[in-house]
Amino acid sequence: MSSATLCDIPVTLERGQREVFCGLTGIVWLHRKMQDAFFLVVGSRTCAHLLQSAAGVMIFSEPRFATAIMQEKDLAGMADANDELDRIVERLLSRRPDIKTLFLVGSCPSEVIKLDLGRAAQRLSVAYNGQVRVLSYSGSGIETTFTEGEDTCLETMVRAAPQTDEQQLLVVGTLPDVVEDQLERLLDACGITEAAGKLAFFPPRRAETIPAIGPKTRFLLAQPFLNATRRALIGQGAVHIPALFPFGVEGTSAWLHSAARAFDVRKERVDTACAAPVARARKALEHYRHTLQGKTLWFMPDSQLEIPLARFLASECGMQLLEIGVPYLDQQTLSVELPALPENSGIVEGQDVDKQLERLHQATPDLVVCGLGLANPLEAQGVTSKWSIELVFSPIHGFEQVGDLAELFARPLQRKLKLAV
Amino acid sequence: MELALWTYEGPPHVGAMRIATSMRDVHYVIHAPQGDTYADLLFTMIERSQRRPPVTYTTFQARDLGGDTAGLVKTTVQDAYDRFKPAAMMVGESCTAELIQDQPGSLAQGMDLPVPVVPLELPAYSKKENWGASESFYYLVRHILANAPADQIASRPDPADASGRRPLANVLGPTSLGFRCRDDVIEIRKLLNLVGVDVNVVAPLEATTADLLQIPAADFNICLCPEIANTTCKWLKRTFSQPVVATVPIGVGATLDFVREIQEITGIDASAALDAELSRLPWYSRSVDSTYLTGKRLFIFGDGSHVVAAARIAREELAFEVVGIGTFSREMARDVRAAAEALELEALITDDYLDVEEAIANAQPELVLGTQMERHIAKRLGIPCAVISAPVHVQDFPARYSPQVGFEGANVIFDTWVHPLTMGLEEHLLHMFRDDFEFNDQAAPSHLHAGEGAAASEAPAPTTADNPDANSPASWTPDAEQELRKIPFFVRGKARRNTEAYARDAGHPNITIETLYEAKAHYAR
Repeated sequence: MSSATLCDIPVTLERGQREVFCGLTGIVWLHRKMQDAFFLVVGSRTCAHLLQSAAGVMIFSEPRFATAIMQEKDLAGMADANDELDRIVERLLSRRPDIKTLFLVGSCPSEVIKLDLGRAAQRLSVAYNGQVRVLSYSGSGIETTFTEGEDTCLETMVRAAPQTDEQQLLVVGTLPDVVEDQLERLLDACGITEAAGKLAFFPPRRAETIPAIGPKTRFLLAQPFLNATRRALIGQGAVHIPALFPFGVEGTSAWLHSAARAFDVRKERVDTACAAPVARARKALEHYRHTLQGKTLWFMPDSQLEIPLARFLASECGMQLLEIGVPYLDQQTLSVELPALPENSGIVEGQDVDKQLERLHQATPDLVVCGLGLANPLEAQGVTSKWSIELVFSPIHGFEQVGDLAELFARPLQRKLKLAV
Repeated sequence: MELALWTYEGPPHVGAMRIATSMRDVHYVIHAPQGDTYADLLFTMIERSQRRPPVTYTTFQARDLGGDTAGLVKTTVQDAYDRFKPAAMMVGESCTAELIQDQPGSLAQGMDLPVPVVPLELPAYSKKENWGASESFYYLVRHILANAPADQIASRPDPADASGRRPLANVLGPTSLGFRCRDDVIEIRKLLNLVGVDVNVVAPLEATTADLLQIPAADFNICLCPEIANTTCKWLKRTFSQPVVATVPIGVGATLDFVREIQEITGIDASAALDAELSRLPWYSRSVDSTYLTGKRLFIFGDGSHVVAAARIAREELAFEVVGIGTFSREMARDVRAAAEALELEALITDDYLDVEEAIANAQPELVLGTQMERHIAKRLGIPCAVISAPVHVQDFPARYSPQVGFEGANVIFDTWVHPLTMGLEEHLLHMFRDDFEFNDQAAPSHLHAGEGAAASEAPAPTTADNPDANSPASWTPDAEQELRKIPFFVRGKARRNTEAYARDAGHPNITIETLYEAKAHYAR
């Protein structure tokens, strides 16, 4: 372990066994968002098994994702693997003529054998001659952690985006459609859309129509794990508007105010537009505050939402943070969030799961936010837990979801009080 | 490359995890990249395990690949040993680590740990989960028995002075994440006790490494889950001359055969178990209410042993007609093919669930028996379904006692298979009252206020007539459509499909009332 200090917040670095998903998991929500896209993992049976275990019972039709499972003969020679991939893609696209964008998703085995999916994507794009756009990104565990798979996917889409000189505001990060619509209405009501000239969300609902990007594009991040995407956007000339992330009343207000400042919209106009939703959100939050107030909280590193959620739970729900585990930390993406954390918040970057669990049992938090592998064993030891995966599948952004977000953390605590068995 | 949308089995190292997790004092170290820890949730979420699987992963990342990944393996093995102090360790790798060829098993063996270290080599690019479980169990048992000092290994009492003692059996195969293994172990103990056999060791489920040393003390082995224990049982037979009871006692007939097999091997008198009718299934099946079950069309898909058992129960014990049968398990293909041949069917051997879905749709069964995949397929096709085999979801680890083996298992199976079908008496009532104004699919349930519920029941079921395509050009005349509505709603979809198929085959462009009844006669059985 080594330590560094960040905005006066001590950060401990830890190495050891990491109990996290790989980036392939992002496919589960990305394919719901972009309904004209198909995600083809080039990997092993493990990849296919991970995807269906993570997707679980949530989806079970013919899904818009699949795995090209490499077999012994594919590992023998590279030319072979490319021919095989072409054959699989042909079979897939002939079954699904509705697919307009195909993502080839790199996995641990495809990267270890150095199968060049970028080149394969170019070759296939040419072969399908405008009918289907083929893009590639890495979702492998050796390169990406859980939500980082969305980051690498969006990064690829940024690089594939057309150029524009138009002024616009881009909201970046996968959000449920309902949340997107709410934020769009708010940005309209605040006068930000008008001042920006144009508003677009990234990724788009149809992968076919990637929004254009250029030097007059300014962007707000809606998700805190989009480090590579942020850098790629800046690389295309776009300008990042640093802001708190839109979780909770304070986060959402600050996010809108940051956008307003960027486009010279008067603060009062934003306050007026937000007044009613803020009042509603505070009212909704009040239902759960008494449950959360003063309770101690522990984050195992997982979704990379830990820091903004910790800020919300501490500042708006009165929870005490014992340890905030994060898989990795990008100080620039979180430059506004980190100073908003309470002093002495213990951030641990990386993981050694067994040591972390030892510390956890020492600290006896009231609530632990963790992955699916750890939740039941912790409950069996009397530790109340909240599965973090729900945080990436549920609408939690914006004013209208503030109550729902608090409820996700309050529910396990309330349930514990109710149960007499 | 093979295109997979959903898979029946995980990779072989997940099979090895099932063995380690079943055992009480074995720890498994897997050389695997970050992300492979997802497999923990199979145990903690699906099986609701209260402890983490006894598995440590090296979770290497790209930055480790240029460095000393072999060193990482050794550190991880040492740390895992120090922390968990297991009685034995299994050390292996997942698919990605196989490519970097660190040979973690050999590395760990060279570390002079004070406990047995079992190296696992499970080729991830050609083999799957059940094979991995089977090999891991075999390696573990063989390693423990072949390397222990002779005085630590239990030996079999001389058969000559067997008088006065009950025969001893090992029950091999029950495994974590196996279908109903938890309850099958309890039920098989009850059955063996009734027969007059004592249980020596149950493994791998809840066994310790010390238990494995006791295996040779048994007079014979029961191969309860052939997918897991077949290889081990064969080795034990070769090495310790232990006979194997191979019949899996699922269903009344198979349970009786199982008892007879034990009787033959041990020479004990098992008439107490053979002569009394100890399951309710036979009487329930003979009772008049079950008449309507006759000839119900069944599609069966799953692992090998449960499919073979289900086919026999279906035909002999419930008088169903099996119209399709198959397995995802290539290792069990031969057994399933033989069962299919006896039914004059061709077995479907595939792990592509789209092939299975197509076969089910074509067979038009009235009940599907399968895994969680078939449950979803059946739901989509509107066919009742019962789950008989892994892989399963959390709801198939029920809180209640629900074994599959033995006499109680047969009772559970009767209920589980029959409940999804419309109950016999109810079917008569539906026919009797089908023309009553209150009793049709347009009417709201009587316990709801008028208007409520009507919206839901009026939602038209998807029919091929609503989705005309090139394959079903036949169109319904208004008279025929009217007549079709008189058929009870729960068989109407099938009547529509059959009639359209008949019209298509017979080349009728229009479906009249005549066509409808011609089709009914054609499909009559």
